[in-house]
Amino acid sequence: MSGMQRHNRDSGILAVRDLRILFPTRDGRDTVKAIDGMDFDVRAGETFGIIGESGSGKTTLGRALVSLLRPSHGQILHDGTDPAALGTSAFRKHRRDYQIIFQDPNAALNPRMTIIDSVVEPLEIMGEGDHASRRRRGIEVLERVGLAAEAADRYPHQLSGGQKQRVNIARVLTLRPKVIVCDEVVAALDVSIRGDVLNLFADLQREFGLTYVFITHDISVVSHISDRIAVTYLGKLMELGPAEDVVERPLHPYTRALLSAEPVPLPSHLRVDRRIILEGEIPSPVAPPLGCRFRTRCPSVQARCAKEVPAWRDVKPGHRVACHFATADGPPPDNQKAQRAS
Amino acid sequence: MTGVIDISAVPASRADATAHVGVSPQPLLEVRDLSLSFATAKGALPITRNVNFTIAPGERVGLVGESGCGKTVTGLSLLRLLPPQSARIQGDILFNGTNLATLSPRRMRAVRGREIAMIFQEPMSALDPVFTVGDQISEAYRIHFPVSRAEGRERAIMALREVGIPAPERRCDEYPHQLSGGMRQRVMIAMALICKPKLLVADEPTTALDVTVQAQITDLLRSLSERTGTALIFITHDLGVVAETCTRMITMYAGEVVEDAPVDDVLTRPRHPYTSGLLRSLPGLSKRRGVLASIPGRVPSPSAMPAGCRFRARCSHAVASCAQNQPMVEIGNGRSARCWRAPELLLPGAVN
Repeated sequence: MSGMQRHNRDSGILAVRDLRILFPTRDGRDTVKAIDGMDFDVRAGETFGIIGESGSGKTTLGRALVSLLRPSHGQILHDGTDPAALGTSAFRKHRRDYQIIFQDPNAALNPRMTIIDSVVEPLEIMGEGDHASRRRRGIEVLERVGLAAEAADRYPHQLSGGQKQRVNIARVLTLRPKVIVCDEVVAALDVSIRGDVLNLFADLQREFGLTYVFITHDISVVSHISDRIAVTYLGKLMELGPAEDVVERPLHPYTRALLSAEPVPLPSHLRVDRRIILEGEIPSPVAPPLGCRFRTRCPSVQARCAKEVPAWRDVKPGHRVACHFATADGPPPDNQKAQRAS
Repeated sequence: MTGVIDISAVPASRADATAHVGVSPQPLLEVRDLSLSFATAKGALPITRNVNFTIAPGERVGLVGESGCGKTVTGLSLLRLLPPQSARIQGDILFNGTNLATLSPRRMRAVRGREIAMIFQEPMSALDPVFTVGDQISEAYRIHFPVSRAEGRERAIMALREVGIPAPERRCDEYPHQLSGGMRQRVMIAMALICKPKLLVADEPTTALDVTVQAQITDLLRSLSERTGTALIFITHDLGVVAETCTRMITMYAGEVVEDAPVDDVLTRPRHPYTSGLLRSLPGLSKRRGVLASIPGRVPSPSAMPAGCRFRARCSHAVASCAQNQPMVEIGNGRSARCWRAPELLLPGAVN
């Protein structure tokens, strides 16, 4: 089958099929299962949020989505095309549509290059236009992200963190991509300017019809900007559904616990004490627990959870969950709470 | 070895003048007109100016603000941990009546760890990779108390148990790299609290941790403080963490304290436009997919600090008189704000 052939026309702009990404450990004796079987689609024009703790495979997933990592098993289809099956030059042309912005705005910019040089570098690599037209386009994009033309000839150290992140946004915009993976793009920014950068993302999406995959550990950010949210845990998806449902009416016990751990800036009389403290930390992805991998920390664990891997099933239309006991009404009851009540 | 701390009481008149409502008349810590500057090639660079606050015994105070507002250096200056060659501290740091700002280095060492302890953001860089965690915790104790190695180890195990580390007898002999991030931060807390200090300064202790582990650590800090009566200064940019952990919140901006208030009051009705801006910037409060609030501009650089109100250029409530120097305005109920318009402005908080 030719790589350019379009199949699965009804699938999303990104289609992840039985994705596994494995890394050998340093001593070579074991395998880190960073992504251990994921299936989902990202629809064109939506903002797809991915939340999870560190070590859940979020960043690996983000890199794989833009072909910076190859799947060990399974496929990631870009608008029906498998980029891994493309030849070198076709792949180069193809990947400009799938871009990524990283967390640390300082590390992503070369300190010895001026801002404009960094911004036009992707165009140079693509061999587009001449020097003057590239610079014109670069300045145009810098202005679009709210940076004055004076910033163009400065160096990264002369800009603030928020401005540097705008430069990184400008740099991927020069290529007019279809999909942008945003990996913790506001985590390094102060709360006071986060809103600005997130508003910019929303404006650009409306203007250019962009599709975003927004990877973050910050639940308040992801719930604000996403259309749908996927929850990852130890290399697998636990839950996927419309943002409002996942945040307001989670179905998986892990999502429920994650949401309850988020500190709420409310005065004490308005706060409801619904915190579910998860014991311990995320287990090692070298030897994830058998059966359901959340069972070692799950407050609703049952005997069946150790024996059977929960199916990735639709509990409500468009709302999937990987838990034996979750129903459309919510996650299974908390064992400790049930005990305390009796 | 508590003799090094002068326990003589602060003169009653002064204590009364600075005491807030609901705070015991003798504060544990009283910071008065603390100004800090760094020596640079171009002369002294002022970093903080006339920082004033008091901490009562057992009180938990959140110190908040954007990066570059002087939170961390204020925390470090309380323990005199800034490089003495370049950092110049002016003002008084009265701890139980003793001025730490002028204490000799030898007597200061007796205070650090014993009376005031500190924990940092990144536990991996604060722990020594070549010693077991038990050795490091016991060292913190044996520096101040002359006990045997065996007793030091026993105390380290007790301290690890206290902070909720399972199987402390085994963990005690492990090295930092064998522990997870949350466990390492628990080790730091065990080390900080082993001498039962009266004050713990925690500088962004949960920023490097996942939200589920952050919840464990903030709950631990709060319950330890409640149980042992240790006062807490919690330096953070996360207002949610302050709301859940602290009793009072001090907002810093551009090297100055701009607001000081009980947590519940300030969340409901902030009195300084900067505090209000920080609260309104939290995405949880805006309509989903709606436009997020933010504070325009950025913190002025210490080398180009404007005269008058330092927040003026970013403030939507600024008027001509804001170009005057702004003193802290007492608003009552133990609250004050560095804004002359504070009594008249009705600013939105975290509650709609």
